[in-house]
Amino acid sequence: MLAKVRTFALEGVDGVPVTVEVDVRRGLPAFSVVGLPDRAVRESRERVRAALANSGVNFPQQRVTVNLAPASLRKSGPSFDLAIAVAVVAADGGLPEADFPDAVCGELSLSGEIRPIRGALAMALAARRSGVGRMLVPIANSAEAALADGLEVIGVPSLAELLELLRGDLTVEPAVPALAVDIPDHDGPDLADVRGQADARRALEIAAAGGHNLLMVGPPGAGKTMLARRLPGILPPPTMAEAIEITKVQGVAGLARGGLVTSRPFRAPHHTISASGLVGGGVPPKPGEVTLAHQGVLFLDELPEFARAALEALRQPLEDGSVMVVRGQRAVEYPARAMLVAACNGCPCARPAGECTCNDVDRIRYARRLSGPLLDRIDLVCELRQPPPPVSASQAEPGESSARVRQRVLAARERQTERLRDDGVSCNAAMDARLTRRTVLLRDAARARPALERLSGRGQDRVLRLARTIADLAESADVLGEHFDEAVGYRLGDSHRAAA
Amino acid sequence: MIDACDGCLRRSYEFAPDAVESRPARLDVDAVCLHSDSYPAPLRELTQPPPVLYATRIDLVARLDEPVAVVIGSRRPSEYGRTLAYRIARGLGAAGVPVVSGLALGIDAIAHRGCVDAGGRTIAVLACGVDVPYPRTNRRLYERIREHGSVVSEMPPGSRPYRWLFPARNRIMAALGKVTVVVEAAQRSGTLITADFAAELGRDVAAVPGQVTTEAAAGTNGLLRSGAALVTGPQDVLDLLYGVGMREVPGASRPVLDSHAERTLNLVGQGLGLDELGRELGISAAVLRATLARLELQGLLRRAPSGAYVLTA
Repeated sequence: MLAKVRTFALEGVDGVPVTVEVDVRRGLPAFSVVGLPDRAVRESRERVRAALANSGVNFPQQRVTVNLAPASLRKSGPSFDLAIAVAVVAADGGLPEADFPDAVCGELSLSGEIRPIRGALAMALAARRSGVGRMLVPIANSAEAALADGLEVIGVPSLAELLELLRGDLTVEPAVPALAVDIPDHDGPDLADVRGQADARRALEIAAAGGHNLLMVGPPGAGKTMLARRLPGILPPPTMAEAIEITKVQGVAGLARGGLVTSRPFRAPHHTISASGLVGGGVPPKPGEVTLAHQGVLFLDELPEFARAALEALRQPLEDGSVMVVRGQRAVEYPARAMLVAACNGCPCARPAGECTCNDVDRIRYARRLSGPLLDRIDLVCELRQPPPPVSASQAEPGESSARVRQRVLAARERQTERLRDDGVSCNAAMDARLTRRTVLLRDAARARPALERLSGRGQDRVLRLARTIADLAESADVLGEHFDEAVGYRLGDSHRAAA
Repeated sequence: MIDACDGCLRRSYEFAPDAVESRPARLDVDAVCLHSDSYPAPLRELTQPPPVLYATRIDLVARLDEPVAVVIGSRRPSEYGRTLAYRIARGLGAAGVPVVSGLALGIDAIAHRGCVDAGGRTIAVLACGVDVPYPRTNRRLYERIREHGSVVSEMPPGSRPYRWLFPARNRIMAALGKVTVVVEAAQRSGTLITADFAAELGRDVAAVPGQVTTEAAAGTNGLLRSGAALVTGPQDVLDLLYGVGMREVPGASRPVLDSHAERTLNLVGQGLGLDELGRELGISAAVLRATLARLELQGLLRRAPSGAYVLTA
């Protein structure tokens, strides 16, 4: 007898419908799985056999053939276990219907318990798209999967209970989506913890307001990491659509903790990371750090220490907001819309300006390690110094809180959205050269000309985009001279420019 | 212009294995030998003058109507050394004094740059052929010097730099200058070889004092102890060259600044960081950035390699 159960495979960060077909017929007892399964899928035979036995179901002593359709798609991972088990029972006549409309996803343990899977939300969204009405998922994933609006999601703890449910002996309430009614204010580290560093705080605020990538230059201990960690807290809180996207990506990577992720991710990979670790890769393809930082912040500390190949690979995703990973015969696209914050020392000896003894060659060699094309994606450079110890009570006062900075950032973003609505661009940093020239109107062009003439074409665009954001923060419709001057001040220092 | 006899040319090529194929005329390089009228007179005072001197523009070196200052120093200078070297060379360039140096990294390069920035003439003495920009890092500067000054060497075009050529080059620098100014040199620095040559030739040796705790200043402080003239800026060098009060560094044609900008410049000169500047001036980080950027565009401030703002002169 033939049975069919619907389930989903992961391709990139999206679910793809897969039908598990099981055929049970007379013959020498055997259990084979076809349809491009990988090792984990083939091993599911053993798990299914044991889990069924431990759930009080006899495994059919016949010839059992499992096909995962479409047979051309490579399947990997253990999330097909549950669908295979259900289909085997159905094909053996253990369920009232042999072909039912529910989708089933889950990994089995030998005892028959259902273990959580990766990418539950991605699969649930795919289920909704393909018209599935009800989806049965591991109970640990039910809150996450239920975020797919309009889909009935039921979390099940064990195979035995699932079979009872399907036979109609048990009714279970559908899972309630773990939607936070309101996305809360950021609860991560707060900018108020940062004392002093007025210049760097300003740079961080501008970066957040325009979505500009940022490079911080300064000696170790000056607070670069501390500041970078506080960037997600001053970025606009994710919209519901963004939050669902974040949750989906984190879920695929196995980082979801159940429920909606309401804060923007912050990823800080170590500088020994490989190119495929950063942008994604491997067999089967896995998302890289830039994808895990999707809709959030990717922080690269000690930028010149990163492998050149890794930094070069990062350029395209930063440009396009997505990355295509091609491995063997598969091409997978991952989203990668992250803000880049990089940090490096001013020179290889990393000592403060007065004590530095590096010669020009050392410096240039160090600066050259920052790839020029990557620097092209960075609009804003700020320098940090070791903060002096607070000597008076006023200096020891906490700085402005993230919540207040975020309000200004939000206002600036609103102005941008309004201005750029018809151009399909979300923030100033995303404007291309043509759009920049069209939208950034200098009130005092004559005054700005000598400064612009000293910059390259790309450098001019960078300064203009930045000036536009500064004007947005100042709630000014035009870019005034002072906004332009400030933007000029944030461009790259000479030693880096020499190499760029 | 080629004004060199065969005998001298043969002697000149004796130690230049790399240069066999190159011919000065084809490379647009001048060559003058000891017997030429265009041979720079100060070099004849050397015990072993170069038989032939090659130059991209011999006319600038041959008849030096102004006394020449040699400005040299460490290849790894401190920020203090950089500032002083630039300030001195720029001042000399503005006063019309040609600045001679060796195109090495660090102080040498800064000295050339300072002089060219002020519109002065600068002469780079190389240890390799004049058509070989060495070190490569200073290639752009080399081109600027060829344009605004002269590159000279006793080695024929095409010669590569060898270690033993550098002290030999130093003797030419020392001979060309009326005064040799050392800006930062460690205890065992090659710069001191030039100072020794200069002293032997009876030229003035001057040094910029440094912090006694900095290793990079041990050599210059040693020179001062043994009687070198103390130099704190371009005016001191002019006084050495022309006598006290005879010549003055032309006043920098600086734009008129408001009191706020003046105060900012003053505080930057004291080495304050951005945060301290903002606090002292009582202005926000945004206004400070804009102020500093304006001053940088006016050429009054520049960025140090660390990214910090420093005074240009």
